[in-house]
Amino acid sequence: MTTNRIHQKLQEDKKILSIYFTAGYPDLEDTVPILEKLQESGVDMVEIGLPFSDPLADGPTIQESSTRALKNGMTTTKLFDQLKNVRDKIHIPLILMGYFNPMMQYGVERFCVQCAETGIDGLIIPDLPVDVYEEEYKDMFERYSLFNIFLITPQTPDERIRFIDSVSDGFIYMVSSASVTGAKNTFGDVQKQYFERIHALHLKNPQVVGFGISNAETYKAATKLARGAIIGSAFIKTISEKGIEGIPEFIKGIR
Amino acid sequence: MSTPVKMAPIGAIPGSGPYHVSEKGYYGEFGGAFIPEMLYPNVEELRQKYLEVMSDPSFKEEFNQLLKDYVGRPSPLYFAKRMSEKYGPRIYLKREDLNHTGAHKINNTIGQILMAKRLGKTRIIAETGAGQHGVATATVCALMGMQCIVYMGEIDIARQAPNVARMKMLGAEVRPALSGSRTLKDATNEAIRDWINNPVDTHYIIGSAIGPHPYPDMVTRFQSVISEEIKYQLKEKEGRENPDYVVACIGGGSNAAGTFYHFLHNEDVGIIAVEAAGKGIDSGESAATSVLGHKGIIHGCKTLLMQTDDGQITEPYSISAGLDYPGVGPMHAYLHTSGRAEFKAITDDEAMKAGLELCKLEGIIPAIETSHALAIFENNTFKPDDIIVVALSGRGDKDLNTYIDHFGL
Repeated sequence: MTTNRIHQKLQEDKKILSIYFTAGYPDLEDTVPILEKLQESGVDMVEIGLPFSDPLADGPTIQESSTRALKNGMTTTKLFDQLKNVRDKIHIPLILMGYFNPMMQYGVERFCVQCAETGIDGLIIPDLPVDVYEEEYKDMFERYSLFNIFLITPQTPDERIRFIDSVSDGFIYMVSSASVTGAKNTFGDVQKQYFERIHALHLKNPQVVGFGISNAETYKAATKLARGAIIGSAFIKTISEKGIEGIPEFIKGIR
Repeated sequence: MSTPVKMAPIGAIPGSGPYHVSEKGYYGEFGGAFIPEMLYPNVEELRQKYLEVMSDPSFKEEFNQLLKDYVGRPSPLYFAKRMSEKYGPRIYLKREDLNHTGAHKINNTIGQILMAKRLGKTRIIAETGAGQHGVATATVCALMGMQCIVYMGEIDIARQAPNVARMKMLGAEVRPALSGSRTLKDATNEAIRDWINNPVDTHYIIGSAIGPHPYPDMVTRFQSVISEEIKYQLKEKEGRENPDYVVACIGGGSNAAGTFYHFLHNEDVGIIAVEAAGKGIDSGESAATSVLGHKGIIHGCKTLLMQTDDGQITEPYSISAGLDYPGVGPMHAYLHTSGRAEFKAITDDEAMKAGLELCKLEGIIPAIETSHALAIFENNTFKPDDIIVVALSGRGDKDLNTYIDHFGL
């Protein structure tokens, strides 16, 4: 029996559009208004980014949004405050994405408790390796019904993908190419072969593609074989240029 | 068929002890590899191969030959007579400042460029703060004819123009890190991002004893030539291998790691690590990580680092660009928390004074980083028959402007 919203969403017979944004950007109090607009616009799932001073896996767009969000005063405590009653209005799956150090300082178990009380469905922690997770945190995350989502890349060997699949719940985050976030991509033969290779592994978890998805064309290419796609940097550019009001048009332009 | 004789890797010490890195890459609770999955294949390849490569007799021979003929090793262990007379104990200076490129950094870059070649890599990236590691990396890339890209904070590029020019003359491309605080930690972030973007052909030469496992151990082993030499040089001069104390300045901790390494398991040898207190530990402008830091994750390892209550990494301060790193290598974090090493903090003013004093007493102009280690004699009393070895990690040519400004020369 699972009540996790990610799981329920992935049972539906449709492709998933997921959006990433950095909490506290452009303005500190934008977090919930952005979530409302995204839900209204028909987005299937959202990743809320917890800003970090040193986001190693992110390109310039997300770095800048993080720096700005921190300057605006965003903290882990502040984010949980903002999200306190979010489940009164928001029904789509919510994932928190952030680097491990701020979670450690908050206290990993306390962080999990807060996530569970808030109605967070999953976590993406790019710098928490799968082996450390399995050994030290898996039981804890499961106690709070939190799915931990892992990344794979074109360089990840099949054997390791199977290991990641075995400890994952929800979906596997397929990084489209060897790059940090926000790289300009068109999906060429290399990506197509990679998508096909992963598809042929028949993993237990569905795959959602991220990194380099910026428009209808890349969304379509990414979701041809995978269950969904995640857009981050392109979305952040949109709200920094057009504000929250620009969200419905952006989403409509994707699918 | 006979199996080849198993050789010990560079930096091997008989037996094993608590200060050696564990199988999983930990020193006590510190270390590990907290890296995004995108870096996993690179780091894993290195982890699987580094000890094997470092055990290969032909690798060791090439490494030792270059240290001898190109770097100029062994570096002298010099008895500082006038300094000893002034302060009491018998003070020896391990002269890493006499190495080619002017500091200990080249020991590690020679080792890592040979490692990169063995791994079939053709493109080298590095981070640098003051530019010393950048110059040492650009140097070995020129030596091996390899492409070299050095990331350096935009602010540091402006502050360290001569080293930027050196790197360019050596054929390296210097790329400004424009993110965050635009200093060393951001240059490191940019180098890591480059590695994510170029996972196949690139080797990342980390300059300090930090980063994901196996970097801290690999860098420490390449730098361990310092303490290996100290042992036999001291034996020649004093008839004993072990001093009463070894002293080194510490930012990330590569010269300290190399200086301490062969003495870690001999508890008779006192270990003193000297951090930069900046304008004072409580001034808000300091780099004294052992006092101000908390357990956390920086650049792929669990260690002590300076951060806010919310877990955001903060910007340290020291007059010496080589010590203003917000973390400390995981081995050092363990030496600190286990009590094996004694950590001291020296302010800008104390360090500058000690640097100038070494010029007058011994005719040696030290790097400001090194001056921090030299400053401990002012406020600490040692026994007259104590033998103390201080790592003179670098020469002060690069710091002339800072000396000029500070003393109005």
